[in-house]
Amino acid sequence: MYTLFYKELLRFSKVMLQTVMAPVVTALLYLLVFSHVLDEHINVYDNVTYTAFLIPGLIMMSILQNAFSNSSSSLIQSKMTGNIIFVLLTPLSYLEFYLAFMLASIIRGLAVGLGIYLVAIFFIDLPLYSFGWMLLFGLAGSAVLGSAGIITGVWAEKYDHIAGIQNFIVVPLSFLSGVFYSIHSLPEFWQQLSRFNPFFYMIDGFRYGFFGVADVNPVISLLIVLAAWLALACATLIMLKSGYKLRD
Amino acid sequence: MIPAIQIDNVHKHYGKVHALRGMSLTIQQGEFFGLLGPNGAGKSTLINIIAGLTRKNSGNVTVMGHDVVKAYRQSRYSLGVVPQELVYDPFFNVRELLQIQAGYFGKGKEINPWIDELLEGLKLTDKADVNMQALSGGMKRRVLIAQALVHKPPVVILDEPTAGVDVELRNSLWQFVQGLHREGHTIVLTTHYLEEAENLCERIAIINDGAVVALDTKEALLERGVGKTCKVVITLAKPLEQIPVALQPMLKTHEQNRIEFTLQRGSDSIMALINTLVSAGAEISDIKTEDADLEDVFIELTRAVNQ
Ligand SMILES: Nc1ncnc2c1ncn2[C@@H]1O[C@H](COP(=O)(O)OP(=O)(O)OP(=O)(O)O)[C@@H](O)[C@H]1O
Ligand SMILES: [Mg+2]
Repeated sequence: MYTLFYKELLRFSKVMLQTVMAPVVTALLYLLVFSHVLDEHINVYDNVTYTAFLIPGLIMMSILQNAFSNSSSSLIQSKMTGNIIFVLLTPLSYLEFYLAFMLASIIRGLAVGLGIYLVAIFFIDLPLYSFGWMLLFGLAGSAVLGSAGIITGVWAEKYDHIAGIQNFIVVPLSFLSGVFYSIHSLPEFWQQLSRFNPFFYMIDGFRYGFFGVADVNPVISLLIVLAAWLALACATLIMLKSGYKLRD
Repeated sequence: MIPAIQIDNVHKHYGKVHALRGMSLTIQQGEFFGLLGPNGAGKSTLINIIAGLTRKNSGNVTVMGHDVVKAYRQSRYSLGVVPQELVYDPFFNVRELLQIQAGYFGKGKEINPWIDELLEGLKLTDKADVNMQALSGGMKRRVLIAQALVHKPPVVILDEPTAGVDVELRNSLWQFVQGLHREGHTIVLTTHYLEEAENLCERIAIINDGAVVALDTKEALLERGVGKTCKVVITLAKPLEQIPVALQPMLKTHEQNRIEFTLQRGSDSIMALINTLVSAGAEISDIKTEDADLEDVFIELTRAVNQ
């Protein structure tokens, strides 16, 4: 189990430029553009500039997207090249298979998050209200997306399928989750709709770790995120156990 | 003694394709076993089921007494598989790949001397630090063999390990595999080079269309062929445009000056054959008769089922 996890880490660290640096740069570009345009005009929480408000959201969004991308792209690559059989031939159980891919996704997500954080605090004075809450949401959020990535990677038959899920589900949900705004600034209908988006709770709770303020009680957010993780973990394990698409 | 591999009434459907039709086969420990059959016979499907890469629809399969589904951990520890496709992970070099593969089986640094031994035995020592992408097809094939052996499995299955491998390398590969067999490994091998099977295997199963059509020692199989048929090779002074219709059923190959016939002992006569050829205007410069080889038996058996 440890070996598979370690191999997955090696895989993305060997292409660090693409897997960690690139997302960090993307996030910083967002930051530059949005903060420059909007910093003067919007104040979401008292005593928090818009730029400061934006950073945790961007960090979390990148953590989530990269956690998803790590497990899904690694799996589709192994399937397309056929080398997935080297894992399937081993005595590893489906539970170990799941844990290895999920943990590697978490590490990749957190590595990207840390990268953005380190560059951001260079330029902006960012409070850190509670490291524990921040880390908890970072872990739980990337676990959810890592699991979703495994399901997508096992199901997908070509890269297009992964890109489809990424572009039509993961990215929209993460954009529409309050990364760029507090949902209280939305019309009533959109506020209600946001409450069905699990990404909203991840980002809101993560942001609570920085400012100690949130749209929703962080305990409730955490429970919702953990429930989402539990549901996805079960779905992934059932899928892996059945051998779906891997051992047909 | 527990059989190395036991296959009991296994069926496998891929959609409408009935790839295995109640296959049963027992391979004893220490055997050098050949699995032969034409393209699409179901050899790889059977191997994938033994290895747990594919799920069977019904029947039972054990490796060293361990059920491949219920006791998959033990059965996979006991088994090394060299897949038919040349697959590899482009992210790693040869040594890393072998260490990772050993790691999946719970092996750590203590396995490194064995990895060195494998690299040596497969003539890969100077390629140990080369990325997989930079290896030739034959080298990749050898890495696949090393990967299959890295956890020291007692049973080794090789699915066409010599496809696309040059003669010299093929010979050194077989020496290596024979070495494994002498050390007590059970070897199962599929190949389309029937000469290889004839030289190496003690017992052979010929499968066709998802079922075993013959299962016997090599000698007994050859005996069958020898008993029933013989081969006549005729060399002509100049090529013959057309082989007389009467001889078509016996014709095996026809390339310019060289014609090969398979004759049923007892019913076909060599004299009649030659007379017919001569009266068709053939100038015969040489005649050779040979006993049947495995290829004849193979063709005989797989043809009979297809008709
Ligand atoms: N994944 C699959 N999906 C659908 N059909 C398959 C699949 N794998 C094999 N088959 C079918 O099952 C049958 C047996 O195929 P198999 O690969 O086992 O043959 P083989 O004996 O290994 O042939 P070869 O000598 O060409 O390797 C074939 O009809 C093939 O088309
Ligand atoms: Mg095959």
